[in-house]
Amino acid sequence: MDYLYYLREEKMPHIWCDGCGHGIILKSILRVIDKLGWEKDDIAMVSGIGCSSRTPGYVDFNTLHTTHGRAIAFATGLKIVKPNLHIIIVSGDGDATAIGGNHFIHAARRNTDLTVIIYNNYIYGMTGGQASPTTPIGKKASTAPYGNPDAPFDISRLAQAAGAAYVARSTVYHVGKTDRYIEQAFLKRGFSVVEIMTPCPTSYGRRNKEGNGVDMIMFQKKNSVGIERAQKMSEEELQGKIITGVFVDKEQNNYLQRYKEVIDKAKQINQ
Amino acid sequence: MEKKPNPNVRMWQGNVACAEGAIAAGCRFFAGYPITPSSEIAEVLALRFPVVGGHFIQMEDEIAAMGAVIGGSLGGAKTMTATSGPGFSLKQENIGFAAMAEVPCVIVNVQRGGPSTGLPTHAAQSDVMQARWGTHGDHPIIVLSPSSVRETYDLTVRAFNLAEKYRMPVILLSDEIIGHLTEKIEIPDPSTIEIIDRKKPIDTPENYLPYKMDDSDIPAMANFGEGYRYHVTGLAHDETGFPTNDPEKIRAQMLRLNRKIQRFRDDIVEVETFNTDDMDVLVISFGSTARSVKRAVINAREKGVKAGLLRLKTIWPFPDKEIEALYKPVRKIVVAEMNLGQIAHEVEWATRREKPVVRVNKIDGEPITPIEIYEAIIS
Repeated sequence: MDYLYYLREEKMPHIWCDGCGHGIILKSILRVIDKLGWEKDDIAMVSGIGCSSRTPGYVDFNTLHTTHGRAIAFATGLKIVKPNLHIIIVSGDGDATAIGGNHFIHAARRNTDLTVIIYNNYIYGMTGGQASPTTPIGKKASTAPYGNPDAPFDISRLAQAAGAAYVARSTVYHVGKTDRYIEQAFLKRGFSVVEIMTPCPTSYGRRNKEGNGVDMIMFQKKNSVGIERAQKMSEEELQGKIITGVFVDKEQNNYLQRYKEVIDKAKQINQ
Repeated sequence: MEKKPNPNVRMWQGNVACAEGAIAAGCRFFAGYPITPSSEIAEVLALRFPVVGGHFIQMEDEIAAMGAVIGGSLGGAKTMTATSGPGFSLKQENIGFAAMAEVPCVIVNVQRGGPSTGLPTHAAQSDVMQARWGTHGDHPIIVLSPSSVRETYDLTVRAFNLAEKYRMPVILLSDEIIGHLTEKIEIPDPSTIEIIDRKKPIDTPENYLPYKMDDSDIPAMANFGEGYRYHVTGLAHDETGFPTNDPEKIRAQMLRLNRKIQRFRDDIVEVETFNTDDMDVLVISFGSTARSVKRAVINAREKGVKAGLLRLKTIWPFPDKEIEALYKPVRKIVVAEMNLGQIAHEVEWATRREKPVVRVNKIDGEPITPIEIYEAIIS
């Protein structure tokens, strides 16, 4: 396929550092779009603030770079007004689950027909490596110089508990899985979340002595466990592991389908 | 013969008139969050929108409501949110986004006592400066202030027209008294209402510049999903909409952004004068307080004191020229407002402190009475 067809080549070079996994995720997104044959005019990519949120600037769609944490809120309004748009939200762990956590869980509850791709790199990369809601306990960050005291969110479990219709987790090492999950998420007529673990050697790896981008991706390879296998493992055995796989895949009426029922009822009563 | 009832006469609350005015203006998307004393606007639209082809959504918080309104507008709808004090504070960052990215939308603030939780069920007019400067950075904003139920309807329509015409957020600054006041009004025939829509691009998608610098100062706006694939960001951007660090391009865009207000201020600013032709005392007010002023001016005239009222229907951009045209012959100026002098300060600036400015202020949730203003006029 021709990646350049989907990219705003004139906006290169991108801002991502050597060894960053974000470009791998972007390629997965573009491969799936190409496979599904979606027209560029019919796609809107919406983001908040952070490294991952710069993705829309590089892709030739309708692109919206909003305020920190608010991509889902903006996208909700856009989807309602333009229901035929395929809306892809790209977000980081901090953007989606700290400052934007409320929008994330409520969009899941509402089951709005949106896909959120979360680039989880355990850190606020753009601002220089501050601890995020997914930084593991004890790991170092610029705002956790003695080790992070806060327990992390499990984003996929959070999305599942909040009611998302589709939730899956992959890593940038597992590109095949990532493509498959993104495709399933794009085809889901409801709120779908794909959490992708991606290395940030500059702001996280260096400080925690986890090596360069390649080392960090090899760590993903060694420490990922499929969700079926994970169910047979003890909590101790799962320490430090990345559980990958499809957490939720269910059919339920999405927000706009339910609002259609509201309209029908209102018209019936008011006729 | 029995008189036929006028079908256009309504007994409406200000908040209902706001919701109905929005529908008349073509608003078809509302996102909100419950907050007193604005909630009736959301409630009316939740009831009415499904029937008139609109969409109401109650968001998870005030910030989300403001975000959804911007997203909806980018999709091409006329969109609105309504709130009060604490919620207005929460919306500020995204209001700045709408100003920066030039996304038309209407924000209603039915003012209540502040700061903080303040007086949820009592009136205030203390968000005048917040409406102007609540979000960070030099930004354009238009703020309108209704004094009656009918005017709430009219200014809501006008708020949409100005938002669409100038591609910017417009704030309708109502207050608890006007929002909850029920009056008999006659609504205009829909065919007589002027409706303005945003300027659409005439360029092909390949040549479209969402922030084009041309003589109009107001770039054409394409809707998302209609063939114009462009980029919208809150970052400083150039004509293409993409972020830039080039000081020259940033300066040009920032000056154009703020010039929209300066250049078209005469089209935006509206005031009402009452008994100002031969006056000795000029009383300036807005919103609900202007109603008390009108009575005080009549009472003063009855006692032989030549008072006049200048009522600000537009608060920002500030009607400085209109004040300048009136204040020279007067002995003194009285400014009545339910805050500690936010408009009075602007009046002193606009009149270069050439006349004594007497302040009538109240910040306890109670309305300013005609007597209190009358005393200031005759003293």
